[in-house]
Amino acid sequence: MISVSRVVKSYGSGAAQVRALDDVTMSVKKGEVFGVVGQSGAGKSTLIRTINALEQPDSGTVHVGGRDMTKLAGRELRQARHDIGMIFQHFNLLSGRTVRANVELSLEITGAGRAQRRTRALEILELVDLRGKADAYPAQLSGGQKQRVGIARALASNPSVLLSDEATSALDPDTTRQILDLIRQLSKDLGLTVLLITHEMDVVKRICDSAAVMSQGRILEHGSVEKLLTTEKSLLGQALFPLGDIPPTSNAVVEITFTGMATDRPVIAQLARQHGIDVGILGAAVETIHGRQTGRTRLELPGDERTVSGAVADLRSQGLYVEVIK
Amino acid sequence: MIDRNDPYFWADLLDTILKGAGETFYTVGVSLLLTVLFGLAAGVLLVTTEAHGLLARPLGSRALGVAVNRVLDVVVNIGRSIPFIILMILLIPFTRLLVGSFIGPTAAIVPLAIAGIPFFARLVEIGIREVPKGLVEAAQSLGATRWTILTKVLVAEAVPALALGLSTTVVGLIGYSAMVGAVGGGGLGDVAFRYGYQRYSPEYMFAVVILLILLVQLFQSLGNFAARRLSHR
Repeated sequence: MISVSRVVKSYGSGAAQVRALDDVTMSVKKGEVFGVVGQSGAGKSTLIRTINALEQPDSGTVHVGGRDMTKLAGRELRQARHDIGMIFQHFNLLSGRTVRANVELSLEITGAGRAQRRTRALEILELVDLRGKADAYPAQLSGGQKQRVGIARALASNPSVLLSDEATSALDPDTTRQILDLIRQLSKDLGLTVLLITHEMDVVKRICDSAAVMSQGRILEHGSVEKLLTTEKSLLGQALFPLGDIPPTSNAVVEITFTGMATDRPVIAQLARQHGIDVGILGAAVETIHGRQTGRTRLELPGDERTVSGAVADLRSQGLYVEVIK
Repeated sequence: MIDRNDPYFWADLLDTILKGAGETFYTVGVSLLLTVLFGLAAGVLLVTTEAHGLLARPLGSRALGVAVNRVLDVVVNIGRSIPFIILMILLIPFTRLLVGSFIGPTAAIVPLAIAGIPFFARLVEIGIREVPKGLVEAAQSLGATRWTILTKVLVAEAVPALALGLSTTVVGLIGYSAMVGAVGGGGLGDVAFRYGYQRYSPEYMFAVVILLILLVQLFQSLGNFAARRLSHR
């Protein structure tokens, strides 16, 4: 649905030049929720803004639904944008318009008639559970409600892509969860492809099917969340399951990543029984990702090389992802 | 000296003041209309033709954007830096060319509008600048045309600030209109000058002053009220 290829974008010139995007290539499949995580200044914001051509790259191509956004201008570009909704960290609602009129703006732009605008605005407000606030002004709403209006406005013209620029970063944790769940729900119900950028790992954990980790204008990792978690030395995995530093020990240290069903099995007890190893637990972290228990455990395995490699092979044969740290 | 004991003194005073007020309304009204029209356009252009502005590249040319911005900025500054009394005199040939005379309420419109436009343009500029850039971006992301963004976002969101700017401008124009009046532009300034000053009548002078105070109060309050009602922040 979205495919970004070899995109470069620099700001400034000479010695002060900053590469906001340094040869970025990535793609988002139709219907998935894709998260780009990174510190502020990593280039995420520039990246998402090239998707709807708010920002033009210096080189490279950005395809959305088959159209090369970097080649469009004028009417063609505006029409392409009708198919790409966007929500923002600071909501960006018009203070002088009511909730309904804010949503209608989107339909005024696409040229819908008055009656149609009104019906559609109320319909979409119903979808984000804000119909009761149709005649309120943004200043009278809470942050979460404002973002719902933002979502309604972005989706009013029936786009197939939703871009989210740190949409939950100004919200408290509870509201963040509600908004994320709403986005997830809408993406399922409407078949939306969602590209979001965030600096919060929680967002990726909660709603993303796939993710990319960005730093200094480059994409460091890129793939489905589950796959990234079971990739050796994955930054996303380490960020999601921080296990701390490895204590000094002469024994072997391994990290096991559990996804889904594996968490229900008594893996460690089995290891101790069948291989006669006095397993030591050095650290563990468990998170719910897409409603599935996922975790990483760091174990210390005393014993000779043969015992340890036998144990590791056994764990792997059970479908567990095992990484030998030392 | 006007005879205060003349039985028609107060009736004459009322007549004269009303006629003066009528002329003031006419001059200020028409010049205000011109001021709003051109001042709004100039103010909007001042902000939008800046680098990264909405009209940074009018007709696809950044050079044109820079030129429009620079020229407007200089013209507005010149307009704002010449004291009104001098501007008025400077403009006499221009007024004559435009209206055929430089005396009377219609002629007074020319210097008033020319002083009002740059003044209001700066106030519009301030108001438009206050509109968060994110709103423009949001409208762009929806696929809005520049005209839509200009009217439905930039100007629409600046309306409360524009209402305040408008009342400030009206008050300024009323003040200037009295100055034009004193040199032949008619209106309340003319009454105060000819009757109050040249013919030593404190009654005329006070009547004009009180009326001016009331007018200024009225327009300022109207502006404040409108700004409050229109703002939903």
